[in-house]
Amino acid sequence: MKVSLFIPCFVDQFYPQVGVSMVKVLERLGCEIDYPPGQTCCGQPPFNSGYWNEARAVARHSLQTFAPSEAVVSASGSCGTMMKIFYPELFHGTEQEDEARQLASKTHEFSEFLVNVLGVRDVGARFPGTATFHDGCHGLRELGIKQEPRELLRHVEGLKLIEMTEAETCCGFGGTFSVKFPTISTAMGEVKCASIAKTEAEYVISNDSSCLMQIQGLLSRQGQKTRCFHLAEILAQT
Amino acid sequence: MIAYARQFQQMAARYTADLRHRGLIQRALKGYETKRDEYKGRFQNWSQARQAASEIKWEAINRLDRYLTEFITKLEARGTHAFVAGNAAQARDYITGVAKKNNVRSIIKSKSMTAEEIELNEALEHAGCTVFESDLGEYIVQLRREKPYHLVFPAMHLTRGEISQLFRDELGSTPTDNPEELTMIARRVMRKNYCSADMGISGANFAVAETGMISITENEGNARLSTSLPKIHVALVGIEKIVPRLEDLALFLPMLAIAGAGQPLTCYNTLYGGPRQPGECDGPEQFHVVLLDNRRTELLADAEQRDALHCIRCGACLNVCPIFRNVGGHTYGTTYQGPIGSVITPHLRGLQNWKHLPSASSLCGACTEACPVGIDLHHHLLQNRRNAAQDKPSLPEKILYAGYVFVMRRPALYRLSAKLTRIFFPLHGMIKKTPLDPLRAWTRTRDFPAPAEQSFHAYWKKRIPERKTPHAAN
Amino acid sequence: MPPTDQRAEVFSRIREALRRAAPHRHAPSPPGAIPGPGDGPPAANTFRNWLPAVGPSPDEQFALFASHCAQLRTELHILSSLDEAAGQLALLARENSWRRIATHRHALALPPAEKLALPTLITNEGYAVPDLEQCHAAITGCDALVAQTGSILVSSGSAGGRALSVLPPHHIVIAQRGQIVPDLAAALSLARERYAPGWPSFLSFITGPSRTGDIERILVLGAHGPKRLTVLIVP
Repeated sequence: MKVSLFIPCFVDQFYPQVGVSMVKVLERLGCEIDYPPGQTCCGQPPFNSGYWNEARAVARHSLQTFAPSEAVVSASGSCGTMMKIFYPELFHGTEQEDEARQLASKTHEFSEFLVNVLGVRDVGARFPGTATFHDGCHGLRELGIKQEPRELLRHVEGLKLIEMTEAETCCGFGGTFSVKFPTISTAMGEVKCASIAKTEAEYVISNDSSCLMQIQGLLSRQGQKTRCFHLAEILAQT
Repeated sequence: MIAYARQFQQMAARYTADLRHRGLIQRALKGYETKRDEYKGRFQNWSQARQAASEIKWEAINRLDRYLTEFITKLEARGTHAFVAGNAAQARDYITGVAKKNNVRSIIKSKSMTAEEIELNEALEHAGCTVFESDLGEYIVQLRREKPYHLVFPAMHLTRGEISQLFRDELGSTPTDNPEELTMIARRVMRKNYCSADMGISGANFAVAETGMISITENEGNARLSTSLPKIHVALVGIEKIVPRLEDLALFLPMLAIAGAGQPLTCYNTLYGGPRQPGECDGPEQFHVVLLDNRRTELLADAEQRDALHCIRCGACLNVCPIFRNVGGHTYGTTYQGPIGSVITPHLRGLQNWKHLPSASSLCGACTEACPVGIDLHHHLLQNRRNAAQDKPSLPEKILYAGYVFVMRRPALYRLSAKLTRIFFPLHGMIKKTPLDPLRAWTRTRDFPAPAEQSFHAYWKKRIPERKTPHAAN
Repeated sequence: MPPTDQRAEVFSRIREALRRAAPHRHAPSPPGAIPGPGDGPPAANTFRNWLPAVGPSPDEQFALFASHCAQLRTELHILSSLDEAAGQLALLARENSWRRIATHRHALALPPAEKLALPTLITNEGYAVPDLEQCHAAITGCDALVAQTGSILVSSGSAGGRALSVLPPHHIVIAQRGQIVPDLAAALSLARERYAPGWPSFLSFITGPSRTGDIERILVLGAHGPKRLTVLIVP
């Protein structure tokens, strides 16, 4: 199956290993990978701030970039949500509405693609240790992703998954929220980190790198040893 | 920054720094969550029930003219005075008018957020009446001269020690650590007031169009007492409280109790259909129902967000909101707190003055998930942001996003910017956490990652240097 | 100068606002399961499919009611006759040192109350509030017992007015076993059959003794309403 990767701007720059891991896993499963090099950003920052004209201007570029793709797999639940859920709304009543709907229907978040489209739960990964999983809010509540990452992790050899009490509680990133309301964002992150610490897991895994940026940022400031990984990074390990 | 927005940020900073306070709220809400899940679990199908509740409210609100007419007709047929108030001032004037006309001196009040909204107590006190809040939580915050902390649990931010101290200071009672003893103190005080008040004021949780009755949900019995003994009962009811039929309550009463309080049903759910009827041995001689608009019709006119009027004021969205749980109810600085407050306040009190409330959210969606009538809360927050930006864009943001659009539409320029960022990032270490640091809002409390040595894009190019992709590289 | 009623203006705003249609976010599923706009009232039967399950037989329903009472701290006594109920009432009167009680003219409430031979306030012809306030217990009838929630439906008709069942600190309800109904919808239908169009001005579902969670969200019984609720069931 031919898969076009959507590597959001901050993953491209700060967490490219997530994209590299996705390539490894998908190729291992027999997919042909395509990476449209003209991709930049999904347009979520202006969209979330209410500047929808600006968001549309950037989103139009994404529509063009991914128009020829068969399937688009996103490295991030929140950017995937932008394309899958919000593009149709953003372009509602415009000329690009159909294009937007088409793109939405062929966009998938990484774990959901593996489990629901490829029908795979065991990707042959091996990563010994204890881990807890953080559900990124967009993936969880907009895309309905809850079991898919856990099923994939359950099949990782040597990995023990411990659920934290606040798995579904927002980490506090929320895009520009994290800098517009930093005290609240930090407090929310602290609640998340406390819940992680209670599990005593060595690793915290998530399907959203933006959440991991927040969690990692707090854990390292707190001097905690827990390491953060994107789901793809774990699945790429053999 | 608008004054309200500045106050919000200040209070948010204060409350998030107060770890004791945060702990108190988290503990209180954990207990609620456990019970809520237990009783939701007893439903054969909560999801279907929620859908039905949503549809019934859709019908009520989208046929509001019909159902409100029916409600008023039925009310008036049995001797109730129905007054429709266009705004807060008219509602206050009517109620103070009733008080004056009937030489009312003392008033006993049961909990009503609508009364908070129109600042009724102040108006009545100004008119020379004494107003007693009978609900224990409301009584406590009244003594503290504070606003209610939460729609449903006005005093949840206080410990028993603080309440004991308050009663000692204000009532001269013996200090005690025992919640039951504290409750009994309030009970004794209030009993005198029930028996002697000239007028009782209540809100209403629902207004049943079919039978012309209001429905009041409570645990303490204070609403029943406030509306049974005084000669006059005034109920203040937002026009959106309408439900079409009596049997609809069979669904709403349990859902309100579970979502709002983690109980299968509250202790008293009472229907009032008129003043004392012929043959009845007690009850008020006069029953007034004041129906309040106060800009609800503006929200009604916003078809996209109209479902915010479906709200049954259960407080579930507050209970699950991570923002509320960390900043508390007073931070919002307005009557309606939490996610629903952030959705409706821009409509009820002005978009530009209150746009910071919908902005103060990570849009996690827990509120929408928790809402028993399925209001699309977190998307409405987004829509409010859009409305505010369209109505009056912020110049700095316009400039920022103009630059952002310019770069993001040009892949080569994007990659150049990324390269420059990578080159200059080490300099960030020098200005980190100083006033010059553009990332200061982040780096004050969190570490920020360094850009990777090699972007994904660069990795991909190296990986397949000669491969021709179907997309023109540009 | 009292303010003028604004209904004309408000209704005009409502009609204007409703010209624009709002989306249905929650389509009825399956179609027809819940009424769409203009479909008329839902069969209470549809709610029954989703609310907590209630057994079909009166015995099952009664057992459910009893288990709820235990959880709510409603004291439930099952007696074989009204005389026995009077005996139970006498026991309560002795245990709690009742000196004055209140009741109303109800076939189930009045006879046992009178047997106590205590100063008794009868609400039917009216009463002075301070007198009712001094009563230690109130004995009333009810309209129905609700299995699904452990609730008791009372009204100004069945419970001697509004205040009798809420002002004195101990409320005793005497009911017949046959008054059990499955759920809230059934109770409301029963009330409708019994009273409409001449509805009482007051109806209430009482679910346990009065309580509050306002102090640190800790449950305390007897906030303002009765601290104790006792139900005596006769055949």
